[in-house]
Amino acid sequence: MDDVTLLVNGAEHKVAAAPDTPLLYVLRNDLKLKGAKFGCGLGLCGACTVMIDGRKALSCDTPLWAAVGKQVTTIEGLAEDGVPHAVQDAFLAEQAAQCGYCTGGMVVAAAALLRENPQPSREEICTAMARNLCRCGAHPRIIRAIERAADALRP
Amino acid sequence: MSAPGLPSGLKANPRISGWVRFNEDRTVTIATGKVEIGQGIVTAMAQIAAEELDVDLARLRMVSGDTAAGPDEGITSGSRSVSEGGAALKLACAEARHLLQEAAAARLGCAPSDLCVADGVFLRDGIPTPLSYWDLPHAALLNAEVRGTAAPKPVAQHQVVGQAVQRLDLSDKVMGRPRFLQDIELPGMLFGRVVRPPTGEARLLAFDPEPIQAMPGVVAVVVDGAFIGVIAEREEQAVAARAKALKSAQWDHVALPTDDGDVCDWLLAQPSVDKVVVDWRDEDAAARGEREFQARYTKPYIVHGAIGPSCALARTVDGLYEVWSHSQSVFPLRRDLATVLQVPHDHVVVHHAEGSGCYGHNGADDVALDAVLLSRAVAGRPVQVQWMREDEFAWEPYGPAMVVDVRAELDAEGAIVSWQLDGWSNGHLSRPGVAGNAGRVSSLIAAWHLADPVARSPQVDPPMGPHGVEHGGLSRNAVSTIYDFRNQKVVGHRVDELPLRASSLRAIGAYANVFAIESFMDELALEAGVDPLDFRLRHMKDPRARAVLQLAAERAGWERGVESDGTRGRGLACAQYSNHLGYFAIVIDLDVDPDVRVARAVAAVDVGLVVNPDGVLNQAEGGIVQAISWTLKEQLRFGRDGERSTNWEDYPILDFTEVPEIEVHLISRPEEEPLGSGEMTMGPTAAAIANALSHALGVRIRDLPLTRERILAAFG
Repeated sequence: MDDVTLLVNGAEHKVAAAPDTPLLYVLRNDLKLKGAKFGCGLGLCGACTVMIDGRKALSCDTPLWAAVGKQVTTIEGLAEDGVPHAVQDAFLAEQAAQCGYCTGGMVVAAAALLRENPQPSREEICTAMARNLCRCGAHPRIIRAIERAADALRP
Repeated sequence: MSAPGLPSGLKANPRISGWVRFNEDRTVTIATGKVEIGQGIVTAMAQIAAEELDVDLARLRMVSGDTAAGPDEGITSGSRSVSEGGAALKLACAEARHLLQEAAAARLGCAPSDLCVADGVFLRDGIPTPLSYWDLPHAALLNAEVRGTAAPKPVAQHQVVGQAVQRLDLSDKVMGRPRFLQDIELPGMLFGRVVRPPTGEARLLAFDPEPIQAMPGVVAVVVDGAFIGVIAEREEQAVAARAKALKSAQWDHVALPTDDGDVCDWLLAQPSVDKVVVDWRDEDAAARGEREFQARYTKPYIVHGAIGPSCALARTVDGLYEVWSHSQSVFPLRRDLATVLQVPHDHVVVHHAEGSGCYGHNGADDVALDAVLLSRAVAGRPVQVQWMREDEFAWEPYGPAMVVDVRAELDAEGAIVSWQLDGWSNGHLSRPGVAGNAGRVSSLIAAWHLADPVARSPQVDPPMGPHGVEHGGLSRNAVSTIYDFRNQKVVGHRVDELPLRASSLRAIGAYANVFAIESFMDELALEAGVDPLDFRLRHMKDPRARAVLQLAAERAGWERGVESDGTRGRGLACAQYSNHLGYFAIVIDLDVDPDVRVARAVAAVDVGLVVNPDGVLNQAEGGIVQAISWTLKEQLRFGRDGERSTNWEDYPILDFTEVPEIEVHLISRPEEEPLGSGEMTMGPTAAAIANALSHALGVRIRDLPLTRERILAAFG
């Protein structure tokens, strides 16, 4: 296995894994970034959501080779200089989780949404987040948190 | 001997130091047997301890669900953690404080009543003294049994209990810091997967481990009877090995006695063990009956469906087993593991670690044995095993299908004068440790498949509680106690032939029973020509139930006699969970054109004393969302060949676009006992949706889920 170079949260990492390895396992087990979670392995639940070149991507369904040469951002990389991302502040303020297993994916998906659409309507939030599943029913709080983050980011 | 009248957790774990310990770094370790399953219980426990000890929350180090370091409080279930576990912890902390305050007073030469405590420091007449908890011989003082004589703080003095403090665990989760069992990495850890067919039940006929053993990174292939597991250096290697093993192994054919379409008729045709839950007679009332009505309601198999599949981490060293699990019942799990492994209980340690959301008995316990069996093959090296999504769908113990018949008579004035409910289902309980002294049995899947198998423990039904109307499994909430039904008979028909493995899922039988009762109340109101809110209030004797129902109706803007325009309907429902826990009422506004979608939910909750109001609101909101999902969408599909739903495409759940605006109003009753809030939403939400559907379209759907196909069929 040749090393490949992966750019994650602004830093280069050498990874010795087969090119078809799901990015999720590389992030969690090689880079020790545990924020993205295994939920289904099928790209159906969003627990493994990360950003690739600023757009949300499902890391369980993305082979390592497809992430090479691109900028991968995980939930651990959202904070800047130790300051949490507005979405993270808002999730805490709204206590927008129950078990929190889907939360990592939710936070990244919400951050990706606000990059593309800084002031989404409730309907736009729901449509953008529809592929991120939550079983505990934290949705109303997550919607409020994203609205709160959008308010905080309002120029 | 511990004092009588103590909470059961204290009777089983009377030593104070088992609950509260002071550490050299001026922190306090608080141990609870109740575990975090996404409901925020550890935060609530911390609030209770901080309150009684007068120590800042930040000083507390919470230990929860650890067979090596905390009390055995059985199972974290049944919405009983605050009322039972909280009561035990409160008394233990009150007693600790009392003993330490007496010791401090003796040193200071004053009366204990001259002292108070601020963040662990004793104050005399309001002025800090040099003494704190940590300066006293706390270890010796707390090495005593709880007598239950130290009075906890009066509610009026509460400063931490009753506050909406932030959850202790959420910061880590929102920042993506390692927090979950799935995130634990031990030195030398390997990754394991189990090899089980997605049809459930099927047994192994033939398997050749050699080609799997030769795959890259594979460290071991464990074959023990029909149990197969693979262990690899890297996770993706274990996943690949499992996939290949699953493909190459030969399995026998599954033949189930029924399928998803037929299961309710099948249940009714089986022999059953019948239990008369209540048979209350009021002959005068019975004699007034003029019109009789009856209806049959059904509920399918539903999955727990945690977003994260079940996971465990295990290590075997010199015949000692250490396990990290997200089980709801680490002590019973330890006993079950020891039974399977044929070792003394103290050769097994189980540490609780947080997992994905838990709504009842899921695969957490099963995967713990899987991990132990794999770890035995790589002595000394820890093995993390996570089920694949299809393992979870195929092998978790489901919430079982149910049939509920309700029959009632109305008198000439339209009042209910007789009421009978009959329920049919399998037992709702197959957790570890519930079979008691039934010999060497196990509730854990892998145990049944070993070359030297351990017999499957029976699937039983939780018994009714001491008052005969509370708790229970298939008859949970089957007796109507919020209504004044004095002429009431309730019979539970337990079917012991099992089409599929099942166990406790949120609300147990109360989901189907309350769905049936509160649907039928609307049907009777229509027959009586009375508004559904008024009809309920006429029969409702329980003042707290009346209060939540009236509050929900008021906040929703309930209007009597409004006809639907055919695009939207409104329905309500009310129940007291398990007839002794949280009161819950809800009004649902339902859009039906073009799709059935809950547009708005307004609910009212009374759970007595509230430890953390935001925690209760979070449970109520989430419970409403999950109940909407169950009610509109969810049904495990399965055929007689064992083929079944294996992922979220086969088994869709509610997504963001289908989630309504939700308002929850809390009635605070700090003078009342705390009641559980985890499960109260499920049945009433289902019935309110069905009632709203009937209001909108004039059709009554009595079979869950309330799908478009069923609505179209009802129009026939």
